[in-house]
Amino acid sequence: MVTAGPLPPKPAVTRPTRVRDTRGRRIFRVVNTIVLLGVVAVTLYPFVNVVAQSFSDEQAIREGRVNLVPRGFNLDTYEIIAADPVFWNSYLNTVVYTVTATLISMVLTTTYAYVLSKRHLKGRNLLVGVAVFTMFFNGGLIPNYVLVSELGMKNTIWAVVLPNAISVFNLLVMKAFFESLPKELEEAASIDGLNTYGVLLRIVLPLSRAVIATMVLFYAVANWNSWFSAFLYFDRADLFPVTVYLRNMISGATTAASVGSSAGDEAQVSSNIKSVTMVLTVLPIIGVYPFVQRYFLSGVMLGAVKQ
Amino acid sequence: MTTGTEQAHVVAPPPPPRRSAAPPRRRRRRSTTSWRTALRRDWQLYTLAIVPLVFFLVFRYLPMLGNVIAFRRFVPGGDLFGESWVGLRYVRMFFTDPSFWEVFGNTLVLGSLTLLFCFPLPIVLALLLNEVRSRFFKRFVQTVSYLPHFLSLVIVAGMVLQLTSIEGTVNQLIRAVGGSPVAFMQGPDWFRSIYVSSEVWQTVGWGTILYLAALTTVDQQLYEAAEIDGAGRWKQTWHITLPGIRPTMVTLLILNTGTFTAVGFEKVLLLYNPLTYPTADVISTYLYRVGMVSNNFSYAAAIGLFESVIGLTLILSANAISRRTVGTSLW
Repeated sequence: MVTAGPLPPKPAVTRPTRVRDTRGRRIFRVVNTIVLLGVVAVTLYPFVNVVAQSFSDEQAIREGRVNLVPRGFNLDTYEIIAADPVFWNSYLNTVVYTVTATLISMVLTTTYAYVLSKRHLKGRNLLVGVAVFTMFFNGGLIPNYVLVSELGMKNTIWAVVLPNAISVFNLLVMKAFFESLPKELEEAASIDGLNTYGVLLRIVLPLSRAVIATMVLFYAVANWNSWFSAFLYFDRADLFPVTVYLRNMISGATTAASVGSSAGDEAQVSSNIKSVTMVLTVLPIIGVYPFVQRYFLSGVMLGAVKQ
Repeated sequence: MTTGTEQAHVVAPPPPPRRSAAPPRRRRRRSTTSWRTALRRDWQLYTLAIVPLVFFLVFRYLPMLGNVIAFRRFVPGGDLFGESWVGLRYVRMFFTDPSFWEVFGNTLVLGSLTLLFCFPLPIVLALLLNEVRSRFFKRFVQTVSYLPHFLSLVIVAGMVLQLTSIEGTVNQLIRAVGGSPVAFMQGPDWFRSIYVSSEVWQTVGWGTILYLAALTTVDQQLYEAAEIDGAGRWKQTWHITLPGIRPTMVTLLILNTGTFTAVGFEKVLLLYNPLTYPTADVISTYLYRVGMVSNNFSYAAAIGLFESVIGLTLILSANAISRRTVGTSLW
């Protein structure tokens, strides 16, 4: 470093703060650590509370005694839910919708992103514009509802897997990734006689495993968590994903006159049953989260890199 | 823009290519290729684009056109685009509808509060995280704080309702300090605080990602120079760190502004109930009830169109203002 003259002999490769730690600075660091631990505690508390309730007995919850640890520990509620065919049916629905929607989304997003990544393609800007414009202006709830109804997709799986098949954000992340791939490989492959489809399938996709994994996770989590389309387009309880099942449980207990258009609003469900359902719904997400977190991060960062 | 941000590269579709030869540009060939040659050479690429294009046209652009029912009489189950013209009848209807202005006000308040808290807090958290020296501790805090981002809104709503219920933790605390329990969700008084808190809880951690990335790009030599000039940590933060992440801040501010009118439709829908309507009901939930519960599709579409137009206007003006004043813009 050129300007490191006045500093002590230690080379200034690290930030100078490391060299001198004033008293104020030490106090700041202690306070900072406490604040951040507070953030962690506040973030985690609701999870802990739900888990504690799920193992507690209903009486203890109603008396307001359950916070961090289960009171009246029991597994009965889990057994009740585990034996409930309606719950498992919803759970299975969620799995089916998530897998189908993710598959469709991936095919559409990958092919379109690949097309958009070809800088020489005539009309490319128009194709990009068609997608990007929808980020800033959309048809709105009512026209979408009318469309899905007119297409006869109400009460079919298509109502939840098709209308949101392409996320423009994901599309642009993939496009940026494809653009960053070396051109030479694709050129060599096409000289060797592969056509466009062959290049995409045999050269580009194998090179894109990381970004594909990220996109699959993005879509899968979004679909697992989604509830509104199903809530809007399904009238039959046997089609509900677990999120709608849970929403009806929650809102049935809190609003006397629920505004939901769907059937199956249950009245007063006990808190521990709600908690167990919440735990089971969120379990797959929490379970994979620590392992896949870095993929999410890399996806966001990829989206952040200007092309 | 100097710093890439979430949607930075997204938003700059240059004008669509012209058919005729344009003045020479750096990218060769593009403007000189005729459609005939392009089609012959790249037809396989174009075929790949067909299905996604159909998707966009059917599920994105058709509903945009479907908004004409805002100006037409619409019979559910009838024609997608309505039956007959009624002019501005439905627009006039919501302009004279007192409920509309009530939800309009609620939307403004809830949107402003959300912006007020959910925009600056991630910056603060990112700055605090940036001061942490232990890599392990930093990663730990990050991992935990990102977690709520991955939850379904249904779960978040469930947690909120549970914590604020009569027997929930918040009331346990109130009772512990000798207060009497509050029925938070049984009246309009607390809805805004609860909504904004839950929004902060869910978004703050994830919101730090882009700032943390921007912070790593700030030139370390600037800190050394400032140190030599006698600037303390506080001054360094104010004069070096914040200007360093300003492009990210501006971009995210613009994007937040764009979603202002759409304030957490799904979350409000999950959290509110008739007792909390006076503060909780926003434009999007109102139009949902008008359309889906009362089956007044045209009126709801008119409100929705109004909402979308405001959203688009807001983002365009925020972008223009920031380009003039700070020189950073999305496009």
